[in-house]
Amino acid sequence: MNSNPYIQFVYALVFCFISADESVYAVEDYSMVRKNMVQLIKYDVQSTRDYLDKDKLNAKVLKVLETVPRHEFVPESQIPYAYENRPLPIGHGQTISQPYIVAIMTDLLQLSPDSRVLELGTGSGYQAAVLSGLVKEVYSIEIVEPLGIAAQKRLQKLGYGNVTVKIGDGYYGWEEHAPFDAIIVTAAASHIPPPLVEQLKAGGRMMVPVGSFFVTQQLLLVHKQTDGKLINRQILPVRFVPVTGDH
Amino acid sequence: MKTLPLFSIALLSASALAYELLLMRLFSIIHWHHFAYMIIGLALLGYGFSGSLIALMQDRLIRHFQTVYPLAIALFSLSSIICFEITQTLSFNTEEILWDFRQSLLLLAVFVLLSLPFFFAGAAICLAFLFYKDRLNQLYAADLFGAGGGCIGVVGLLNALFPDHALVAISALGLCAALIAGIELKFKPITLASYFFCLSALLVFLAMQLQLAISPYKSLPHTLLINGMEIVSERSSPLGLITVVNSKKIPFRHAPGMSIASPHQPLPQLAVFTDADNMSVITGKAENIQQLAYLGQMTSALPYVLKPSDQVLIIGSGGGADVLQAKFHQAAHIHAVELNPQYIELVSQDFADFSGDIYQQANIDWHIADGRDYLTSHENQYDLIQISLLDSFNASVAGLYALNENYLYTTEALKLYVSRLKPGGYLSITRWLKLPPRDALKLFTTVLEAFKTPSIRQNLVMIRSWQTTTLLIKNGAFNAQEIAQVENFSAERNFDLVYTPTIKEAQANRYNVLKQAWFYQGAQALLSGDSQTFIENYKFNLRPASDDQPYFQHFFRWSSLPEMLSLLSKGGAGLIETGYLIIFATLCIAILTSLFFILGPLFRLPKNPSQTKLIKRRHVAVYFFAIGLAFLMIEIAFIQKFILFLHHPVYSLAITLTAFLVFAGFGSAYCKQFSKNAPSRFRIVGVISLIVALSLAYLCFIDDLFQLTAAWPLIAKFILSILLIAPLAFFMGMPMPLALNSLAQDNAHLIPWAWGINGCASVISSVAATLLAMQFGFSIVILTAVICYLSVIGQFPASDSAMQPVH
Repeated sequence: MNSNPYIQFVYALVFCFISADESVYAVEDYSMVRKNMVQLIKYDVQSTRDYLDKDKLNAKVLKVLETVPRHEFVPESQIPYAYENRPLPIGHGQTISQPYIVAIMTDLLQLSPDSRVLELGTGSGYQAAVLSGLVKEVYSIEIVEPLGIAAQKRLQKLGYGNVTVKIGDGYYGWEEHAPFDAIIVTAAASHIPPPLVEQLKAGGRMMVPVGSFFVTQQLLLVHKQTDGKLINRQILPVRFVPVTGDH
Repeated sequence: MKTLPLFSIALLSASALAYELLLMRLFSIIHWHHFAYMIIGLALLGYGFSGSLIALMQDRLIRHFQTVYPLAIALFSLSSIICFEITQTLSFNTEEILWDFRQSLLLLAVFVLLSLPFFFAGAAICLAFLFYKDRLNQLYAADLFGAGGGCIGVVGLLNALFPDHALVAISALGLCAALIAGIELKFKPITLASYFFCLSALLVFLAMQLQLAISPYKSLPHTLLINGMEIVSERSSPLGLITVVNSKKIPFRHAPGMSIASPHQPLPQLAVFTDADNMSVITGKAENIQQLAYLGQMTSALPYVLKPSDQVLIIGSGGGADVLQAKFHQAAHIHAVELNPQYIELVSQDFADFSGDIYQQANIDWHIADGRDYLTSHENQYDLIQISLLDSFNASVAGLYALNENYLYTTEALKLYVSRLKPGGYLSITRWLKLPPRDALKLFTTVLEAFKTPSIRQNLVMIRSWQTTTLLIKNGAFNAQEIAQVENFSAERNFDLVYTPTIKEAQANRYNVLKQAWFYQGAQALLSGDSQTFIENYKFNLRPASDDQPYFQHFFRWSSLPEMLSLLSKGGAGLIETGYLIIFATLCIAILTSLFFILGPLFRLPKNPSQTKLIKRRHVAVYFFAIGLAFLMIEIAFIQKFILFLHHPVYSLAITLTAFLVFAGFGSAYCKQFSKNAPSRFRIVGVISLIVALSLAYLCFIDDLFQLTAAWPLIAKFILSILLIAPLAFFMGMPMPLALNSLAQDNAHLIPWAWGINGCASVISSVAATLLAMQFGFSIVILTAVICYLSVIGQFPASDSAMQPVH
């Protein structure tokens, strides 16, 4: 009976589910939505400039973000959301970071075309693909075998030839390809492994996003000075002043 | 006279309450504690729903009472397990709620599903009230006795069984209640036996399908994805599910907060997960003491380098990493206090060979106790009291602990710790570092509240790594030599100073560089004298935690929410403390749903057949709503106070909640005689006055009484608590049956509606009590309850036309 309020409540619920499903839009031209995503990132970065010490991100990083097909790195169910500025689940309890955070992290590493980069925690391979377009060589270690194998195949298929993936323990880095100009530790770590610090070139940078699986709370940027000393920068990836009235 | 189905009601209530408490446990394992709180809070609205539905269909249902009553109980039993199994297949992810609207809908589906068992239980009880309306105070008493039994029973059950097996046991208990109902209602034995057999077979089938599906975003399932991981031990108790994992290929190297400049690496470890998260470790036996050198690379090692420690107390020693740290620094005598005995058993029995059985070593004493309880019952003085990282990093940074009462970090706790330090001794508190600063600064405000003398500034030191902060409070002023040692210790390990009595700004932001030296600036602002302005202007809640408001991790401020939400896509997701928002959302959903359940039937309720002696429905609504609110608020607030007194979170809860329910049951059983003599309306004034007087008296004197008896042995404290609860609960058990009896006389058709209203109010009350306590403290919760009780005095739903205008 339609007049029954309880049944109407159930109808309303079902309607919500259906309408949520309809928001799954079909996207034909991914390059356009990628551009939109990058525009959004540019805008957001401007409002965070105080914290990043810059007005805008490196143009090359943005260019690469416009070309890497993020939708290829997420499971089919997540493709409709691939270009939304949010983290996405990729199965096995793993996530792909928010594009805004990927952009900032990549930018802060100050990469050059002849850089050699080590990544701990390949995940779906998206970060490695972004790095691939900016540097000479990317070495990526994934501890979860099925994820690593899938990422390796995906990166190969998409033609990211300068990315090498291996399955294993990242704690000791990748000795045979060391030293690295940059290291990015996307896998959760209780501390920064001392061997990684050793494998970082003098003048090199290491990026460690800190937070829970979906939410990045801060970015830790370790800078190894030319004299070997270490200076960390702890960066809040957002323009937020914790005290009102004193700025 | 009809036989009252007292046993089936009691057993059903026992199963339903046990199920509610068990669901908390199950959801804490498969998801997180605060979502468990939300889901179960909302699921209890099933009781409210049962009242509304029966109000609308009461004639039909009562005609078939003989069938419907046992059927509802049987459906409770089966749905308790089926609905849980279905919710496990809905893969909602709590962390995505901020981004993905569909997650909220999934969550809604979970709560609707889980409300079904409570709906059936509520329906059975409510129908029995309606059917035996002339003796419903006895039924209500049986309901409360049963609930009391269920409360204590589930603690026993969780000690004996794993939570998934306990679910099957509770479901089976529900089925037994249905069987007893059949016997009480004089079913033919053969019919009853055949039904029981079929349903039992179904239950066995369902039980075989049952397996816990833990959220893949918790650390245990994450770890198990790695090749070579193996669960080597699993233990369960009401305190949590503990899983020990060995990694055959890639060793665990858990050393949170270890200096980035550390030349040392951790020893091999076994990982220990509590409720599939919150990883800690059992460290492998060190061949020589130097292998423990990595433990000297943490911020928590600071007190050891300042002065040799003779007597060290470690609160929350867990797998023993802090004990090893003390051992590495050659502490002469180590007292390790751990609440959960299973940790000690794991280290000392199951993995004694691996760990070298640290707890049994000559200079180490271990005690199973809450830290504060241990300190109040032992008179020792210490050179160092160490409290380090007791919570999980992930949940902590995501603000998921906001709802957890924590009595270890309150002003009263700090005073206790410091009073047990030898002259020159240190209290060391290490916490996860959050950006922007939260815990670190709240520690300062709590210290300032605890020790109001200006000289306290000379007794404080705080340092930070990129991951942790350590605060030292010294029993005495830090001298120049100590401060120099702090500076050296920090510089060698790339740690920054947050505060020393002689700190300069240039020392505060050197190795872990922030945009601004927020920690230093915050500490300076708070210690400079005008801390109030800083606290007011800070975008997180820094008000000190106290025993009355024991929410150390509650940092949320409404005024900051709009800004934080606007920053969601700009990297600001980490600013939002979801724990508080979740409970607020729970309250809103509970209120809206309750309105629907309460107002819905109002327009469709049948008119009273006799058309005489009508009661104002407004009175019924206000009365049952207010006593529902008040009962739960008093219960929750006093249980909190008793937990603090008795210290053990689980056993205290079990004893106090059971005492509340059982003595309320006695009150309900007694009020039949009570209402024979005089109109209930007069009686209620007396009852309410007594409840109010007792509540206010306890509010004024209970803290002093607890202080006086703090050193009593636990058993004496339990008896005292029960004696204190008994009279209050006895009278609190009366307002409901007195009014139900009054309705039963001429307005029985309103009973289900009243039952539903009371159910809804209970849900709203439990959530509102937590919110009120977070904002204003438990004393205000009690005062609110007192006001609710007082407000019902003129609203008693009686149909005496001489006293009450007829509607």
